[in-house]
Amino acid sequence: MDATSVETHHEPHGHDAAHEHHELGWWRKYIFSTDHKVIGIQYGITGLLFLLIGFSLMMLMRWQLAYPGQALPVIGKWLPHIFGPGSMPDGKMTPDFYNSLGAMHGTIMIFLGVVPLAFAAFGNFVVPLQIGAPDMTFPKVNMASYWALFVGASIMVTSFFVPGGAAKSGWTSYVPLAAISDTGQGYNPIFNGQTLWLIGFIFLITSSLLGAINFITTIIQLRAKGLTWMRLPFFVWAQFVTAFLLVLAFPPLEAAIVMQLMDRVAHTSFFMPSGLVVNGTPLSISGGGSPLLWQHLFWFLGHPEVYVLILPAFGIVAEILANNSRKPLWGYKSLVFSVLVIGFLSFIVWAHHMWMTGMGSAVSAFFQTTTLLISIPSVIILSAFFISLWGGSIRFNVPMLFTIAFLPMFGIGGLTGIPLAFNSADLYLHDTYYIIAHFHYIVAPGTIFGLFAGIYYWFPKATGRKMNEFWGKVHFWPTLVCMNVIFLPMFLQGMAGMHRRWYDGGQGWNVANEHTIWGLTGFQWNHPISWAAWIMGLAQIPFIINFFWSIKHGEKVNDNPWEATTLEWTAPSPPPHGNFLTPPVAYRGPYEYSLPGRERDYTMQNEPVEPAERSRRKPAAEPVLVSH
Amino acid sequence: MEIPYTISTRPDTGLWNAKVGIWLFLASEVMLFGGLFSAYIFLRIDAAPGMWPHGLLNVPVGTMNTAILILSSVTVVLAWASLKMRRYRAYWWYMLATISCGVIFLTVKLAYEWPQKFEHFGAYIKPEALGKYEKYLGNERRAEKGLEPRIEITGHLHSQNAKEYEVALDPVNAEPDNPAMDRPHFFPLPVTDKIATIEKEDVERATMFLPTHSAYFASYFTITGLHGMHVLGGVLVFIYMWLPVSKKLYQRNPEHLANRVEVSGLFWHFVDLVWIFVFPLFYLL
Repeated sequence: MDATSVETHHEPHGHDAAHEHHELGWWRKYIFSTDHKVIGIQYGITGLLFLLIGFSLMMLMRWQLAYPGQALPVIGKWLPHIFGPGSMPDGKMTPDFYNSLGAMHGTIMIFLGVVPLAFAAFGNFVVPLQIGAPDMTFPKVNMASYWALFVGASIMVTSFFVPGGAAKSGWTSYVPLAAISDTGQGYNPIFNGQTLWLIGFIFLITSSLLGAINFITTIIQLRAKGLTWMRLPFFVWAQFVTAFLLVLAFPPLEAAIVMQLMDRVAHTSFFMPSGLVVNGTPLSISGGGSPLLWQHLFWFLGHPEVYVLILPAFGIVAEILANNSRKPLWGYKSLVFSVLVIGFLSFIVWAHHMWMTGMGSAVSAFFQTTTLLISIPSVIILSAFFISLWGGSIRFNVPMLFTIAFLPMFGIGGLTGIPLAFNSADLYLHDTYYIIAHFHYIVAPGTIFGLFAGIYYWFPKATGRKMNEFWGKVHFWPTLVCMNVIFLPMFLQGMAGMHRRWYDGGQGWNVANEHTIWGLTGFQWNHPISWAAWIMGLAQIPFIINFFWSIKHGEKVNDNPWEATTLEWTAPSPPPHGNFLTPPVAYRGPYEYSLPGRERDYTMQNEPVEPAERSRRKPAAEPVLVSH
Repeated sequence: MEIPYTISTRPDTGLWNAKVGIWLFLASEVMLFGGLFSAYIFLRIDAAPGMWPHGLLNVPVGTMNTAILILSSVTVVLAWASLKMRRYRAYWWYMLATISCGVIFLTVKLAYEWPQKFEHFGAYIKPEALGKYEKYLGNERRAEKGLEPRIEITGHLHSQNAKEYEVALDPVNAEPDNPAMDRPHFFPLPVTDKIATIEKEDVERATMFLPTHSAYFASYFTITGLHGMHVLGGVLVFIYMWLPVSKKLYQRNPEHLANRVEVSGLFWHFVDLVWIFVFPLFYLL
């Protein structure tokens, strides 16, 4: 930064060859990079890797649920060498190891898989390109954000290998269970599963905060000339709201984590009630703490977090839907205001996760009302997406297949949530497989389909090559079928009363064995579910191969292979450091597909408005365009 | 490649980048301390009678620290204003004053206030043994007056053996029936010469004034500790901007340095503001 930069600032800085081309070393270019695209890809690969790890943990659990107490064939005898003798002696899973897998599956999928991929990877790679910015506002902070995630993730992974194994009190770490677990004989006071979970989380929260602040500042400050708020692609809006959720919802959880860490390390009693007795012995603690306090602080993050998982997927779906139906997104303004309303309401619905705690009917009534209110903007968004398909000339390429599948899958997840919003219905369904099915329909065939769609869609921008269409379809169809075979029966299991935390899959419980649903008992339904999960694991292999193979050998494409309208497609593929050859200017909205009187069926945002076009437009709607 | 609006303002928002960033960061900080303060409220409302202590902290020292932090908030603004007027010398001195205030605050907290607490002893008496120690607790008179019962005897631990603690009593336990002891004192009263013997089997729990002592001290040490880390962070940033490195930046682009001082000053005001909440919550109420 030199003194002259203040004066020269407002002039478009044409790319200064001398400045652009001083070569960075390999480490600075690919590892400790400050370029938003490299950081985005780092986040993306990290996120995909952890999605695979989290899914693998679940595939192990599915064995125990379908065949409780039986030795896992083939890999069963290797696992004790990796996870320690207490995990799977003779290939048979211990209850503690099952609990570790469950807690870490949730933690890894949400905080190390979906958030880094949906928010950080797509946000980093796509948002600056879509708003015509050269980079994020704070590139060094951006790098720090990724490396904070890296440290947090490393701590989480390390926790599997300490004595006693990883955290085992659920991904929610409810107290007092979490505060007393992994303590005592055989456990290190610091290097034990639950304490490492807490320490790792502090890094993950730091990472999210740095990232989210960067995103918001970038969107406010670095939009290209002419790119007004109502000309932003919907994806940018979705990321903007998501970033606000992270900035405001994560810190209260950080406060709670600091307090739980104090409870575990300094033996305070923030969450420990007076008179707590563990294994028949009263604990020597001051007491006076409140377990309910943890739940309030946890879910104050936990609920906005649900929207952190889904809003970026909404954004991706919106882009691909408009692009492949070749018509403008239906109800752009309604979508924008709905996403803002969701952002606001998501802060005042958290206690609907706590109907079972006996908060009192007045509190329940309040949160029941807000929970039902938040379904309104969600339904508006989904309806607008469906209507966008109406009358379009739809192209069924791989991104679009995932996008179209997203719509009913998310719909099932959302609609099955409504009974849970009523506390009377929830008292029965709480902690059953119904809950598992409900939220997985939102985040697995919902969010993750959105993410796959996004990967197939923006892959050409990152590499200059397309992923293979045929193998993409081989990836899509089995994944879609398996997802439904996995999660649909869980609704039935849950309604039959099967509890979500049974270690034996229900084998030892009457309720899971007495009644049959479509010919199978609740317990027997675990077999098709587990087999579908393992087959779905196999179905990801074409994706993994396709992903890496296409980087070098995919079909070469031009800068705008999907014939899209938004600004990222005006940059070269892959975009150079600094992104655009000349600073882009936006003259129109983000989804000008099939404009009448045009040769092509898409008009990009940086194409100036022609005089003939002006007369066809209503002046009131586009005041910027009529002023000369 | 140059990121726009790092120093000059973007015309339509009227802001440069770091200013947007720091306000967002402060919003997240409000939520962080908000979470902790709501925990304080939650725990205090939930506390059983006699379990939320009063008057254990040193109010004059806390008042002094409050004044020091407020003073430093003034000097950091003066430092920024000096830069805006391009008076580097004055900036240097005001920055030094700000750093000194931060260091004094931390020293008082860590070298005086906290260690004083670590030396103080408290023993919670079992409910059935409260009558036995009535001469140190004065609960009969308190019940008549409608005051919360006392269930803890505090002071300096003189000695202990397998069966008993010998405690040099705090005035509140030395003269429990003195009406002057019904309310906390502004100036803390020193520990008396009066020694009480407390049998260990009558004691529910006995600890020094550590985070384990009670929900009150747990919140006190956690919140003041986290606040202290923020003060330390601010001081380190200020030291960086006061070192000769900053002179070079000043010569190249004084506005850039002024902007840096402005955003870190905003952070400093926030840290000050948190203390304005901490002080009454723990020292006065």
